[in-house]
Amino acid sequence: MSETDQTYSARQEAAIVHTRRGWRERTLIELRKAPWTAWFGMFVILCYLLVALFAPWIAPHGEAEIFDTPYAPWSAQFPFGTDQIGRDVLSRLIYGARNTIGIALATTFLAFLIGGGMGLMAAISRGWVDQVLSRLVDVLMAIPSLIFALMLLSIFGASAVSLIAIIAVLDSTRVFRLARAVAMNVVVMDYVEAARLRGERLGWVMRREILPNIMPPLVAEFGLRFCFVFLTIAALSFLGVGIQPPTADWGSMVRENAALIQFAQYDLKAGLTPLLPAAAIALLTVAVNFVVDWFLMKTSGLRDEF
Amino acid sequence: MSSEADILLRMRDVRIDGFADEQWHEIIKGVDLTLRKGEVLGLIGESGAGKSTLGLAAMGFARPGCRLTGGEILFDGVDLMRASERQKQRLRGARIAYVAQSAAAAFNPAHRLLDQTVESGIRHGVLRPDNARETAVELYRAMDLPDPEHFGDRFPHQVSGGQLQRAMTAMAMACRPDLIVFDEPTTALDVTTQVNVLAAMRGAVKRFDTAAIYITHDLAVVAQMADRIKVLRHGEEIEEADTETMLRAPKQPYTRSLWAVRSIRKPGEGSADKVLEVRGVTAAYGTRPVLEDVSFDVPRGRTVAVVGESGSGKSTAARVITGLLPPTDGGVRFNGQDLAPDLAGRSKEDLRRIQMIYQMADTAMNPRQTVREIIGRPVQFYFAKTGAEVDARVSELLQMIELDDSFLDRLPGELSGGQKQRICIARALAADPEVIICDEVTSALDQIVQDGILKLLMRLQKDLGVSYIFITHDIATVRAISDEIVVMYQGRVVEKGMKEDILSPPHADYTALLLSSVPEMEVGWLDRTLAAQGDGAA
Repeated sequence: MSETDQTYSARQEAAIVHTRRGWRERTLIELRKAPWTAWFGMFVILCYLLVALFAPWIAPHGEAEIFDTPYAPWSAQFPFGTDQIGRDVLSRLIYGARNTIGIALATTFLAFLIGGGMGLMAAISRGWVDQVLSRLVDVLMAIPSLIFALMLLSIFGASAVSLIAIIAVLDSTRVFRLARAVAMNVVVMDYVEAARLRGERLGWVMRREILPNIMPPLVAEFGLRFCFVFLTIAALSFLGVGIQPPTADWGSMVRENAALIQFAQYDLKAGLTPLLPAAAIALLTVAVNFVVDWFLMKTSGLRDEF
Repeated sequence: MSSEADILLRMRDVRIDGFADEQWHEIIKGVDLTLRKGEVLGLIGESGAGKSTLGLAAMGFARPGCRLTGGEILFDGVDLMRASERQKQRLRGARIAYVAQSAAAAFNPAHRLLDQTVESGIRHGVLRPDNARETAVELYRAMDLPDPEHFGDRFPHQVSGGQLQRAMTAMAMACRPDLIVFDEPTTALDVTTQVNVLAAMRGAVKRFDTAAIYITHDLAVVAQMADRIKVLRHGEEIEEADTETMLRAPKQPYTRSLWAVRSIRKPGEGSADKVLEVRGVTAAYGTRPVLEDVSFDVPRGRTVAVVGESGSGKSTAARVITGLLPPTDGGVRFNGQDLAPDLAGRSKEDLRRIQMIYQMADTAMNPRQTVREIIGRPVQFYFAKTGAEVDARVSELLQMIELDDSFLDRLPGELSGGQKQRICIARALAADPEVIICDEVTSALDQIVQDGILKLLMRLQKDLGVSYIFITHDIATVRAISDEIVVMYQGRVVEKGMKEDILSPPHADYTALLLSSVPEMEVGWLDRTLAAQGDGAA
């Protein structure tokens, strides 16, 4: 041992250095440690995405193709029968994945763009900007969102664009609250002050100093928000103001075939038909929640002890 | 003394693993430790040396993410390595107790101090509920707490930090344990409070003839408390000896380098060329006044130390200078020109020339950015450099702070405390500033690391001619690097002048108290100081 090893040197101070790993390797390590619930959730989500992407190739019949027999029983030609005007239920389920998931994703993204941006701005600027935005959000949140959405949809008409815009704005209030709350904790950090002292612009502080540090809760919230948006769209469709026919959608499919449920005592399969789209909604919601739970547990700081 | 019978704790070849980066690493590499009844052993070393891990192992405990892998821990004949969790729980609290660094975090804010003090004693059956109060009062008296009869009726937030630390020692003593592990119990306290807490702890340990392991990085403190000292580094023992011998004649070069800490002295030098002038600044947070008519100058290429206890307005003065808090009256002049009172009014060039280094390096760096990005950003931002030019400058800056290119891709979480602070220094230097404000930059660090940082700052000043405003409550630091001193108390400047004038008598009252409370590295300092401070008060 040389003399330098035995005296103090800054390079030799004890620190935990992590091996440099690419994102691919890091993801693999995380996946290996994931619980089975997370695996199940990811598998289900993947299946839904594949079905949604390749709907025209998977579906045996067209989305709005009408056959002779309405309410046909389950058979080889129509695996889940046909609906009230003779459309194949399986095909509509498959196309429904595409429409419902697509619109829900678009809505959630928009909600995060609006809510996240405003939340960050409120957290950084404080003062009157924060007050105005926060009170506005309070007002919006005070009105029951489903009733508010119903009202707005009947004013603006039930097109896909207005559906997305209205639900996004209503849901962005919750995103705003979360983004503002987590950003508040980061804004008080010395490194944000250091960036401001350096003379950095607001956009840079938001994007580079704050956003990377509040990503985990936001990503988790994205999953949960997606579920809620998804359920809201299904509920609106069930009420008849959501996605309009002939576009296939799980919510309206439940409503259209709801009458069949009373025939369950004569033909169990017929009774099941309206429950199939409901089950599709439930399964996806559960799957997303499993994945979000795992992600939250992983990023909630518990990991620091190990 | 040397008989086997009075050995209380014997640890032989203890090995402990810690989990990091997806694998186990050995963090204690075979340490032996022997403690006799009633003896106080000081464990010292820089952070990451394994002091706390070893201290906890003496209780048979490994914190989450650690595991005991080998060796033998015998506490009064009980093998803690093989004892069941139940057996160990019976010992902990009753015969072995632990005093943590942060007393505030160790007390439940919802319960009265008395209940918490005696809780473990009652649970272990050592105390009966009816005599518990008497015992607690006696302990409070032993710990020299005010109004011992009623002290226990208060809640944790109703007493000061120093009192809470003493209450925690009382809590540890409630069962009259044979061994107490003190883990940096005074590190979080102001120097003026530390003296009293140390005295109370030592008194109680002596009185009840308790053995203790005293973990600290403060050599002067350990010299007051311990009978023997053991030096650890990187999980291995460097050397062990009784306190006298250790202080007088350390054998190992590493120990000698520890002892040499705080021997930095430089003569104060003046300069007629003022780079920064603070003129009659009065400032307030809302309506609460914090600064009143504060004025001082910063000579070019020199260091001005702003001294005072917490709440004296030191950091607020820094916020006024940087433009974060516009003053209600007065102003700051830089190179003979008035600076805009608030941040928005200052040019990029003005901002570049005054840089800041923070106390907590942890929160001063974005945890998601690498060292390359952290140091590179000011280079990019102020000098419009790109790509290879930035990289070259970052490498050069890393050289200046005695680190190297292997640190480029590390995240702040992968650096030690001292390394983090060095990166912050490099970030400030990257702007090529004329004045750097150092806000308590060494107070969160171990002494040996502090020493390294101070030497670095002094060297940089000599090479680059940068001026420092050094905000601190630590007189030893002031003595080491300042040229001029400004003493602040309750938002006002109490005394200012050249270092030699301020540090030599006659002192203002407050300055005198600050100066006499700094522990010195010799046996018996505590007794003399207490006697002297007692005389002064009487």
